[in-house]
Parts: sequence; structure tokens; C-alpha cells
Amino acid sequence: MIDLNAIWYILVGVLFTGYAILDGFDLGVGVLSMFARNEDERRLHLNAIGPFWDGNEVWLVAGGGALFAAFPPVYATVFSGFYIAFMLLLAALIFRAVSIEFYGKVDSPAWRSVWGWAFGIGSLLPAILFGVAFGNILRGLPIDHRGEFVGSFFTLLNPYALLIGVLSLAMFIMHGAAFLTMKTEGEIRDRMSKWAVRAWVVFALLYIAATFFSMRVSPHLFRDLTTNVFFYLALIPLAIGIAGFPAALSARKYLAAFAASAATIASMIALSGLSLFPWLAPSRINPGFSLSAYNASSTPKTLGVMLIIALIGMPLVLLYTAFVYWIFRGKPQSSHESY
Amino acid sequence: MTLDPVFLARIQFAFTVGFHFIFPALSVGLALLLAAFETLALRKGGDAYAELGRRFGKLLAITFVVGVATGITMEFQFGTNWAQYSRFVGDIFGAPLAAEALLAFFVESTFLGLYMFGRGRISKRLQWFSALMVACGATMSAFWIIAANSWQQTPAGYVFNPATGRAELTSFLQAVFNPSTLIRFLHTMDALLICGCFFVAGVAAYWLLRDRNSLVARKALRLAMIVGLIASVLELFPFGHEHARQVGVHQPEKLAAFEGLFEGGPNAPLTVMGIPTNDRIIGAVRVPYLLSMLVHFRPSGIVHGLNEYPPEDRPPVVLPFAAFHVMVSLGMLFILVTAFGAYRLRGGRLYEDTWFLRLLIFAIPLPVIAAEAGWIVAEVGRQPWIVYHLLRTKDAVSASVSAGEILFSLILFFAIYALLFVLYVYLICRAVKEAAAESTAMPSELQSDPRSKI
Repeated sequence: MIDLNAIWYILVGVLFTGYAILDGFDLGVGVLSMFARNEDERRLHLNAIGPFWDGNEVWLVAGGGALFAAFPPVYATVFSGFYIAFMLLLAALIFRAVSIEFYGKVDSPAWRSVWGWAFGIGSLLPAILFGVAFGNILRGLPIDHRGEFVGSFFTLLNPYALLIGVLSLAMFIMHGAAFLTMKTEGEIRDRMSKWAVRAWVVFALLYIAATFFSMRVSPHLFRDLTTNVFFYLALIPLAIGIAGFPAALSARKYLAAFAASAATIASMIALSGLSLFPWLAPSRINPGFSLSAYNASSTPKTLGVMLIIALIGMPLVLLYTAFVYWIFRGKPQSSHESY
Repeated sequence: MTLDPVFLARIQFAFTVGFHFIFPALSVGLALLLAAFETLALRKGGDAYAELGRRFGKLLAITFVVGVATGITMEFQFGTNWAQYSRFVGDIFGAPLAAEALLAFFVESTFLGLYMFGRGRISKRLQWFSALMVACGATMSAFWIIAANSWQQTPAGYVFNPATGRAELTSFLQAVFNPSTLIRFLHTMDALLICGCFFVAGVAAYWLLRDRNSLVARKALRLAMIVGLIASVLELFPFGHEHARQVGVHQPEKLAAFEGLFEGGPNAPLTVMGIPTNDRIIGAVRVPYLLSMLVHFRPSGIVHGLNEYPPEDRPPVVLPFAAFHVMVSLGMLFILVTAFGAYRLRGGRLYEDTWFLRLLIFAIPLPVIAAEAGWIVAEVGRQPWIVYHLLRTKDAVSASVSAGEILFSLILFFAIYALLFVLYVYLICRAVKEAAAESTAMPSELQSDPRSKI
């Protein structure tokens, strides 16, 4: 029987990866909307993600719920430990969500300006904060013998985590711009393509920097990596994704470019997960206090029941999600129903 | 003055969940009625029901997004503020929450996107199917969260493991279908349907006040009154009644609190009204034997009073008693209002009663208030337990979060939610008014013959 704990470690990772690939482009589009040149362009950004963003955001709820169900002590320690950061994240996500719906409801430039900013900043903050959170996990947290976080908000704002935050922002902008190249045409599309390439350059440089920084800050992440076959397997889509992205854009193969950035995101998270495994909340105070998929999980019974639920639910989710994306393939149509 | 983190955490949870609940309550109710409109549109044809789908779809979208935004707060809050709770019961409680996301949230969010953006692009059949899926997703979501909350009220399917210091799952089916899940699910779903009916009725009433001939408004009001009447009656009997009996069996302290019964025993009287304090009901108006009759169907049935329990295990009386009586009073009012509406409908005179139409507009928030009151009974009445007889609320908060941090987030939520509330009401009113303005410009199929009784 395969190890349920490892399966759930991977599944939680899959859910958060799905979130990054899907709501990731929503966040990227939100950030880019702040640079829209006029009202019509901003509406274009909103309507490009319109039919999808709400379903995309559910991946975050699913990932958080799965973390709670499979690894309750990790959920408890990380969420309570990151308290202020998570409250700010929540505030941003709240404003991002309502701004999309409220933006077009009142025909007033002042109204649109306010909600336009809410959409932009409400996308920017989470894009950075998710990276900061993940960076702190990679770096390790001040967790004591009770499994409690004993740092402060400022513990989380260390240079390494902030770098991962900026990296995450660049990644989402790159991904959002790629999405927009599929949903726009003409001059706007060319501009989005340029944004995508610029973001890619920043992303690639930051990724190299982050890798070196990680070797210094968390050398234990790299220890068993080179003997792990999955490491090499994950490197393949990463390399293809990073190299293929600008190539696809210049060849005007926009779907391929989007697939490349999605592959990059997925392999990056996979590599991090691989290097962290089985740890979910490593302790900087004492490795003996670290929370792992084995010492901080639910019972095998719960993991088993949850697996059945996931095996029923997730294929259905993928099916009808793909269906909706297919229905709304092509450019967003401006109509009475749009934002 | 030192601030108590437990108290602040409770205030924050009560406030955020109380605010959040408004929006799923209206969303589920609206989604159910929207599915009805779309079904009628598909089967009966014509433009009126499709138009209703379009108008109420817009209102649902605005409501739904505030529900989503405030809902993420709730998922985070078990971890941020109730870390001890999460560690203690996560093995059982986490699963329904994850199931809610995997099996319900994805469905409703994905299909709402299809429904809202697909109009004109997708077939009528797919339009109808999307509405149906939104209603199904919303219903399933209500099921899972109620199952989770019901486990807090009547925990089952678990065992306490002293070695790990936590509750551990022994049977998923028993945990999910614990003694209170089913009746609470029925009671709550019906309440949400009533919320939807009064929302639709009030909005339709507004449209009628602007234009008595609006066929669209007439059809909406008809459906709302008929469904609302059935739902309101069922809510009192059997759902409400059975729910109270269930509480009497499984959580007798809670029943004692909301009924204001201090001295238990056989022949227990029902306190119809009075002013509640934590040790007695002032000016109580009592009906002899009635409580025993309601709980046990015979006067000799023993109903437990609060004084039978040690003080530290007793729930507060004031809030549960007051909230319960508000809820039941409103529940009876809903029966009266919908019965009157149905009666006038039969005579074909409903659309002339200006005073009644105005009343319907003001009645819109009442079912939401009744449902919130019900939740106050359920949650405050369960105190001092966060999981009944298993874990106390004061032992469940996050150890690593200071009172200062909670105060910060509490103020943040107050400010954001106050703003959201104002915006929500404003935008709904605007959308309703804009729809009314379109009404007078509608083609003649959507106008009814002034002489007709429809």
C-alpha cells in the first residue's frame, strides 16, 4: 500500500500548484491592469478573466481545506503563526474579488478609478505575499517544542522571503501577460507580449539569484536532491518552460507560451516540494521540532477517506473546468453581461 | 486594562461568520429560485422567465461575490485564531471542509461563471443546466458546512486518543451523519429558501409598484409567495419543531437556555415571553405543561432545567432566549405574510394591495435576521463548549496570537465589512431600480393585460 502521507503531501502540493497556475494568471492580469492605457483596456483585462477567476480562486480554498484535513497541526501552526500577514492577504483578496464584480456597476470615472486600484493592489499584494509565505517555509520557521510559531510578523519579512515574494510577483506577471496574449489581438497583444518577455527576464534572473540564496540559507534543501530521480524529471519541464517561453512568444504561438509558463510554475513548485519533502513546516530552532507529513498528519483513516473524496471530486473539477475554458476560448466578447 | 484573547477571538469569529452568513443565505435561496425560473423558462418558453433569470442572475452575482470574499476569511480563521481547535479536531473537522471545497465550491463558482458570461453564447439548455448546477453546488456547500458544525454540536464517529491528545476519526459516515446533521440541514436549507423567497418577493413588489402590469414581476411574486408559504409552514413544522426536540435530547442545556427553563422536571411549562437574565426570566408568561408536551408529546416528559448543571457547564441565557424568540416570532410572521399573499393571489387582487407590496419590500431582510437569530441560539447555546462536552471554547484559541494582533484584525474586519455592507445594499438597490426602469421599455410580451388575473 502506497504511503498515504506522501500521497497527501503531493495532493496538497497539486492543489496549491493548480491555484498558482490558474489564479496566478488572474493575479498577473490584475497587476497588469494598473498599466492599462484607457478604460476599454482595463475592461478587457477584467473580461479576459471574467468567466474563470471565481472558479480559479476555489483552488486556494481547496488547498487550504486539504491542508487542514490532512495536516491539521501544520495548518494550525502556519496560519496562526503568519497571523498579520494572512490578515493582510485576506483583506487584499477580499478587495480583489469585489473589485472585479463592482468595477462596471456605476458609470463614474471616480468609481472606476477606486475599483481599478482595488483590483490592481488586491492582485499585487497576494502575488507578493504568497511568495513571502512560501519563502519562509523554505527558509524554516521559529517553531518551538510545542509546535507553535514563536516569531513575529517581522520575522517573516526577512530578505530571503522578500526575494521569493518578488520572484513570485514576477512569475505571476509573466503568466498573466501570457494569458492576455491569448485573449487580445493587434497592438494590445503585441504590448502584452513585450510585458511577458520583460517579466520573463526579471523572473529568470530572480530565479537564479533565489537558487543561490537558497543554497546559502537552506542548504539542507539541496542535500538529497541530486540522487533523486524526480529531481531530474522535474528539471525537464522547467528547462523547456523557461527556454520555450520567449521562443513561443516570438513565434507568436501564444497558447504554447502560456503552457510554458504554466509548466515553469508547476516544475518550480514541484522542485521545492521535492527538496522540502517530507517537511511541511521546518523549524529553525531545532530540526526535532519540525512538522512533517509524517509527524503532523491526520490518521490513516482520515487520509484514506479524504483520498476517496479527492479521487471523486478532482476529475470532475478538471472536466467541467476544462469545459468552461473551452466554451470561452478566444477573445472576450463585450456584451451586456460583461464586467 | 488587559484584553482577553479568547473574548476577542470569539467576537471576531461571531462577527465575521455572522456577516458572511448573510450572503450565502441569500445566494442559496436565490440560486434555488433562479434554477426554478430557468426551468420554467426552458419548459414554458416565452420571455418572462428568461428575463427573470437575467435580472436575478445579476443580483445573485453581486451577492455571491461578497459571500466568496467573506468566506475565505472563515476558512483561514480556524487556523489563524483557533489553532488549538484545529489541532484537536482537525482529524474529523477538516475533512467536511475540504469536501465542501472539492465537491461544492468548485461546482457553484465554475457554473456561475458559465451562467453569467454565457448568456447568448451558450444554448438555452446549457443556460438552464448551469443554473441548476449553481443551485446544486450551493446546496452541497450548505450540507458540508452544516455537517461540520453539527459535529461540533453532537460529535459522533470519533474517539479521544490520550496518546496524541486529539479526537480521531473512527467512522466518517457517523461523523458526517451525526445525530443532528440531517434535521439541521433541512431546517437551514428551508430557512435559506425563505430568505430567497422574501428577497424575490420584495424585489418583485418594488417592480410592481413602479409598473403594475409587469408580467415579469407578477410571475416572480407568484412563485415567491407560493414557495414561500410552503417553506414557511414546513420550517415551523416539522423542521423547527423536530430540531428543537433533537436539541432537547442531545443538548438539553441548550434547550433549557433558549426556553428559559431553570427548574427542570416533568410538566415543564413553555415560557412564551419574558425578559431573560442569566438566572431567571423576568415577567415570564408561561403555558403549563406545554414544553414537556412539545419535547416529549406528553406532560410527564422530563425536560432538564439549567439548575441541574454545574455553573461552569451552563450556556448563557440572555442571547439564546432572546434570539430564539425573535426567530420563532419572525417565523410565524412569514407564515402570515405568505398566507395572506397566497390568499390575495387566488382572488387575483394581490397586485392592487399597495400597502402589502410596500410591506414585502421591508420584509426582505427579515428571514436573514431570523436565520442569524437561529445561529445565535445554536452557537451561543452550545457554550462553554466549542465541541459539545469535548473541548471548551476557552481552550481552543491560538496560543501564538496576541490580543493586540486580534484587535488589529478585528478592527480591520469591522472597517472592511462595514464598507462592503454599504456597497452591497447600494449596488443591489441600483440593480433593482435599473431593472425596473427597463421594465417600462419592455416589449409587450412582458406586459400583462391589465384586466388579467395573472
